[in-house]
This record gives sequence, C-alpha cells and structure tokens, in this order.
Amino acid sequence: MAFIPHTSDDVAAMLTLIGAASIDELFDEIPAELRAGSLALPAPLSEMEVGRLMAERAALDGRPLNFIGAGAYEHHIPAPVWAITTRGEFYSAYTPYQAEASQGTLQLIYEYQSMMCALTGMEVSNASLYDGASALAEACLMAVRTNRSSTSRRILMPRAVNTVYAQVASAIAGNQDITFQSVEYDRASGSTLIESLAAYKGQDFAALVVQQPNFFGSFEEVDALTDWAHRNGMLLIAVVNPTALAVLKPPGEWGAEAGRGADIVCGEGQALGVPLAGGGPYFGFMATRMQYVRQMPGRIVGRTLDSDGRPGFSLTLQAREQHIRRSKSTSNICTNQGLMVTAATIYMSLLGPVGLAAVAQTSMQRTADLVAGATAIKGVRRAFSAAHFHEVVLLLERPAAQVLADMARHGIFGGLDLSERYPELGHALLVCATETKLAVDIDAYVTALRGAMAASRAAA
Amino acid sequence: MENIPAELRYTKSHEWVRQVHNGAVEVGITEHAQSALGDLVFVEVPDVGRALKAGEACAVVESVKAASDVYSPIGGKVTESNASLATQPELLNQDPYGAGWLFRLETGLATDVSTLMSAGDYAAFLNEATK
Repeated sequence: MAFIPHTSDDVAAMLTLIGAASIDELFDEIPAELRAGSLALPAPLSEMEVGRLMAERAALDGRPLNFIGAGAYEHHIPAPVWAITTRGEFYSAYTPYQAEASQGTLQLIYEYQSMMCALTGMEVSNASLYDGASALAEACLMAVRTNRSSTSRRILMPRAVNTVYAQVASAIAGNQDITFQSVEYDRASGSTLIESLAAYKGQDFAALVVQQPNFFGSFEEVDALTDWAHRNGMLLIAVVNPTALAVLKPPGEWGAEAGRGADIVCGEGQALGVPLAGGGPYFGFMATRMQYVRQMPGRIVGRTLDSDGRPGFSLTLQAREQHIRRSKSTSNICTNQGLMVTAATIYMSLLGPVGLAAVAQTSMQRTADLVAGATAIKGVRRAFSAAHFHEVVLLLERPAAQVLADMARHGIFGGLDLSERYPELGHALLVCATETKLAVDIDAYVTALRGAMAASRAAA
Repeated sequence: MENIPAELRYTKSHEWVRQVHNGAVEVGITEHAQSALGDLVFVEVPDVGRALKAGEACAVVESVKAASDVYSPIGGKVTESNASLATQPELLNQDPYGAGWLFRLETGLATDVSTLMSAGDYAAFLNEATK
C-alpha cells in the first residue's frame, strides 16, 4: 500500500459524494474562535538545512553538569545497550499484536521479568508499565482489589514518597473512589517513623506505601514498616530504585516474618539503561507474589511447551486484560514499554549483579563526597540525619532558586528546589551525584555552590 | 438439549440456586454457562462470612479466553465456598450442578427462591436468547 495523500481529484470526488462544496464548508460547524487560523510556518528547509539548524539549537543547551535526580537518574549507558536495542529485530515500541509469532521479543520480555524478580525478590513480574508514577497508581488499585482482609479503599501514603508519584496515584486511583491519607516524615531523620503511623493503628486501610530510598534519598526502616503494615491488616506496597536494589535487601525479604515481605513492588526503571531524554519515554515495573498474580495489571510472558514439546513463550493470563474484560479489566493502561524494557534487559545483562552493585556503590560514594564538600561551606548543611543512598537534601541560608540560578551560570544544574513541595523545610535543595560524576565534577559543584553562597553574603 | 435440572431455580445471568433447607441455598453456574465459557482455568469464590446483596458480583470464572463475573442470585451471608475449585477448576466444567457448586448462602427464612426462574422458564429464556 502506497502512503500517498489524496489527490485534489480524490478530495473533490469525496466532497461531491457527501454533498459539501468545499473543505471549509465541511468543517463549517467548528466555531471560528476554536480554529488555529494561519500557522505562519517558515518556508520549508532541506535536510541539510534542518540538520544545521538543529545542531545550532542543541548547542544553545550547552553541556551542563547535572546533579538533579528526584526520580530520573543519569547513569552511564554502555554503548552496546542502544546499538542492540535499535536493531531492526527489536526496534518496535509495543508487544506485537500476533505476540506468539515474535518468539524473540517474548523471550526478551521473559528474561526481563526473571531479572526483575531476582532484583526485587518477588515471584512474578509483569512485562512493564508506563512509568514509575503510574506503576504506583496501578499498585494502589491492585492493593484495594487484592487485600481480602480489608474492604477499605484508603491507602497510607507517606509524604516522603516522590510527590509526583503521589499526585499521579491520586489522579488515577482517586477517580475510582480510592483516597490517600498522607503520613508525615520525621523532620530530624528524613524518614517515615512507626510513631507517625501510630495514629492509624487499628484503622482500616488497604495498604501502606513505602519508598526505599525515599524521595529525600533517605533509607526507610523497611523491616519495621512492613511488619507494622501486616500486623494492621494492610498490604505493603514497595516503591524502589532498581539500582539501589543491587546493594539493598530485596523487598521480597522485608520484615521479620519469613516468606511475607512486600506484597507489591513497583518503581521507575529509567535508571537501567534509559537516557534522561526530555523526561521520557521511561518505563515502570511491577512485581508481586504468585498468590496475587491474577490481580496484577499488564502483560505477562510465560514459558511453556508447544504441541511438539519444544520450549516456547506466550502471553499468559490475558483473560483479565482490557481487550477481553473491558471495563472490568485489572487495568485500562496496558502500555508495555517494550523498547525501554529491551534496553533495560540488555543493560542488566551487560552489568550483571556485580556491575550493578558497583554502579550503586560508586553513586553512593560520589554523593557522600559531594555532601562532605558542600557542608563544609558556610550556610550549607544536611537537612536530615538518616543514612542516604545517592541523593540527599541540603539546607541553604539562601533561597534555593537563587543559588540554582547562580550555579546554572557556571554550567551546573545544582539540584531540585524543594521549596514548593516541602515549604516547611525552608531553603531546601535535593541533590544527586551518580557514578557519572567524577572527582573533578564534584569539585566544580562545590566551587560553584561556594560562589553562590558567598554572593548572597556579599549582597546582604 | 441443555441439562436444566427441574428442582433448581435460575437467573438470566446463568446462575442456578438450590434450596438446601429453609434459609440456606447453594449457588453455581449452569451447564449452558460453563459450556459457553469453555475450559475453566481459574475460579475465584467469595470469602466465607461475606454479606452479599442480590445481584452483587461475588465470584469470577476464568477460561483461557474470558473472565466473567458471577452474580449472587439472592442476598445472604456466605457460609461456605467450594475450596476444591482452587486446584480443580475443571470440576465446574464436568459437574456444574454438583461438584462444581460455587458457594452456599445463609438467607433469611422469609427468602423465597420461587421468585427466580423455574427450569421451564430458563429453558424458554435460553431458547429465546439463542434464536
């Protein structure tokens, strides 16, 4: 089939058939004020001219040193990851419609699911979801469906959970009459304390959400929180950073009770070989226990035998998906980020458990180095005392927005200003250094921050 | 000809009801329903103690092609669920009116199952539906 636009003869023939004199008359009923009018586009350019224009515009961005994390993390991506991912055999965004005809794609997703189970310590993983935020929303919906000891549609959502995730969960699940009770974090440690949960003890909630490390980069006491949730009849939803899982206890083993652990594990997969880009595309992941598999949304690839006894792969448990169960399906956002999952699977294969742990440990060390340098500056201190992963909150004696603007002039993205999300913290900055930041970069950060803080004292 | 036992009562959503004694009933899905669904791979039954309203979705029967809700034909409290179906969903295909029962309900003594369709009415309903 040739993708050729309609000729003017085609258009005339169609207009005649439906009885409209012109295209304008056809769209007559659209009010004039809703029309875009003239788009005033510039003249067309040749490929060479477009290439030059785009290169010039890209150069305007400069090559900033990025110390912003907050859910999207800049890690080194080995060259083979995208060289392999963009091969023709893989280069498709979705699960193919005739899934079983594409055994290679299904095998890759199956390997991905196996790796995610190994990382999370859970029994079953789906083929991925849209992103980390929507994965948490799906986890909340799933918890309400799954928790058979509770009919509650309420979820405990700590304020130390990524604020964007909490907003997305509220936007998606809120429309299904699910409500969220926020839980304060401890101002000294920057983590969620059991004492803060005491007010909800004995109340009916479907689940408690715990992010590890939390939005501030602080480690939560996941064992105690998991046991508390289970003792109070709640499921435990874990939101985790997959890089951190290389060095942390897997959520499947959280809590003192053997064989229980987290009930649903979800998170953002971008750190596994997906570039920051402009904020996407990324992918979400979700894993759970076998007993809950029929309530888990999304596609699942299973390994099976064909009629000749040969091993093969197929999509399984589809009867709960929207193309069959319509409005009663487990989810109506069934996007499987196939291409991003391909990159993540290759990334994890190349690094292996030892390589991923090295990324995690190096990132932690770089952030520790940054904290040591930054807190030696007058007017800069750590906000919280809890141990941290590769992200930390700094308190400044000057508005973070001004400090960031000064640092940006030196080509440094100095972190995320927390003043709108957590106004009670004052001038707070969320900073992340991964393994991509070398000693010279940390020095550049500290120098720029020192300059920005000194500028404020000079001005005062 | 469909197997539609005369002593049972039926719904338009293809559940059957057996009056065990006054105030207690057993519920399942009909021969026609299991046949339309095909080989079942999973059956989810309601928890014991759950209070059901008439018409409330309370169980799920899943085949490789579809998952369907089962609606409680009358209101009551679940006294027993068929635990065998968790490991042997095929019982429902093999013996829908016997070993494939889904759950038992305690209903009020005043509950009258005769307001539901008789075997004859259900046969006529199926006839009409398949015309």
